[in-house]
Amino acid sequence: MNYFDTDLTTLHDKLVNKELTAEQLTRETLAKIKADNEAINAYITIDEEGALKAAKAIDEKGIDADNLWAGIPVAVKDNIVTKGLRTTAASKMLENFNPIYDATVIEKLRANDVIVIGKTNLDEFAMGGSTENSYFKTTHNPWNVNKVPGGSSGGSAATVSAGGVLAALGTDTGGSIRQPASFTGVVGVKPTYGRVSRWGIIAFGSSLDQVGPFTRSVKDNAALLNLIAGHDEHDMTSSDKAVPDFTAGLDGSVKGMRVALPKEYLGEGVDENVKKAVLDAANTFKELGATVDEVSLPHSKYGIAAYYIISSSEASSNLQRFDGIRYGFRAQDVKNLEDVYVRSRSEGFGDEVKRRIMLGTYSLSAGYYDAYFRKAAEVRTLMINDFKKVFEDHDFIIGPTAPTPAFGIGEESSDPKKMYMNDVLTVPVNMAGLPGMSLPAGFSNGLPVGLQIIAKPFDEQTLYKAGYAFEQATDFHKQTPEIGGDK
Amino acid sequence: MANEEKIDKAQVEHVASLAKLQFEDADLGKFTTQLGDIMELFNTLSEVDTSNVAPTFSVTDQFNTMREDVAVNSHQKEALLKNAPDTEEGFIRVPAIIDESEGAN
Repeated sequence: MNYFDTDLTTLHDKLVNKELTAEQLTRETLAKIKADNEAINAYITIDEEGALKAAKAIDEKGIDADNLWAGIPVAVKDNIVTKGLRTTAASKMLENFNPIYDATVIEKLRANDVIVIGKTNLDEFAMGGSTENSYFKTTHNPWNVNKVPGGSSGGSAATVSAGGVLAALGTDTGGSIRQPASFTGVVGVKPTYGRVSRWGIIAFGSSLDQVGPFTRSVKDNAALLNLIAGHDEHDMTSSDKAVPDFTAGLDGSVKGMRVALPKEYLGEGVDENVKKAVLDAANTFKELGATVDEVSLPHSKYGIAAYYIISSSEASSNLQRFDGIRYGFRAQDVKNLEDVYVRSRSEGFGDEVKRRIMLGTYSLSAGYYDAYFRKAAEVRTLMINDFKKVFEDHDFIIGPTAPTPAFGIGEESSDPKKMYMNDVLTVPVNMAGLPGMSLPAGFSNGLPVGLQIIAKPFDEQTLYKAGYAFEQATDFHKQTPEIGGDK
Repeated sequence: MANEEKIDKAQVEHVASLAKLQFEDADLGKFTTQLGDIMELFNTLSEVDTSNVAPTFSVTDQFNTMREDVAVNSHQKEALLKNAPDTEEGFIRVPAIIDESEGAN
């Protein structure tokens, strides 16, 4: 089986009506993802034993007819800790790390009888945009196995794209959900900063990180955010705002809504086919009764510099905990304690992680703090003000998710600066803490192109409403890659 | 601005020591070039006038929340120690602070 021709409601009905058991669904899912893993390499760990055990327990208890997610297998990015299930962050540093607790989002999945089927590949510590920075493996794009799936949540995106699972969780610090969603033709949402608990997420950039869902459809995505959103006493930055039903209000209408199209998002470096897909999307919204205005986000071009200073600074601080003492990799044949720190870190981290730690340490160091870290934080304020101004008289913003479709494996991995520039359209959303979505909006030479939708803080409802209307008016989401198909 | 000069090998080595990292000679050259490239990008921020702009360090809408100071014992010592690279009698074992080969006298 695959998940191409089904959705959450259909599967739920089958489970409730006993046309299918959770165990059967889990077995079929395991068979499918194991078969695809050779070509796609989406998983670091497939938890066959744990998933089957959970499925049997759910069948025994009976499927709750009021819980859409009961008995549904979901994949989880391997920087989200799972009790007793190895969690590596795709790093040699955590190759043998077995968490002793579940992240809050995992607790919520389990409490709702969701089956965690496995842990997906990522760029080491979520640092990268291609999933090539994994210590363990390179994940391939199901649409063309010579292309990257994007990153850092490349494994989660690839397995949803290939029909391996209905949904997966990822994390997004500067585009790590939206960009791989764009590259693999699925729906990916980064919720508002504070909407979802970060407790149990291996920290990268603490003022930027958010957990969010990957799915094939907008509605299923909203249903998964329903499950994971909400205040958590373990995460002080999680908001105590009420969580609405994100699947409510999906009526296909955007009539009278005011859409903003920033001119900076269609500028230099944006692929012609990507530009065309976004302009076509603007027309689709107009045909649906919305108005579309060109607007300006003048500080967009400084977003990459400001983002890489802030995220690397936060990373250099967060990653101090990996010192070879309490858990994680410890270098052998060391002379003294200092040697444990230096050699464990130098041998345990990959090059990209080291670059970020170096950039962050430099930006925070005496004599450079004002010119780099503080300056970037000031530019961040200007970026937030740009968005506020646009949102004074617009409901949502549209633009490309990424400047190009998926690039080739190995094509950009030797040029970190070039790789960073790919994030130019996604990082502003994290800097401002806004919710953002990528959904299928076209193709460029056979590769998916994503449309990005950005809304006001805590207005994921508008994101889903707009995304659903666009999805219903187009058929890009109905296309499937050859690799996942069995038809 | 003081940050316009290109980062050199000595600076990279200094930053590496702050970050408790070390690089082989060949890597040091590569990292110096790459970091120099990226710092050039960072330096573009000096074009932006941020006088009278307050920095944003967090975008959370939450303030510090207080709770009762209640001691809890989650009985996780053994489980925690299972992830430690080296343990002895319920403690984490580490090498001496002083170089053991030098400390023989």
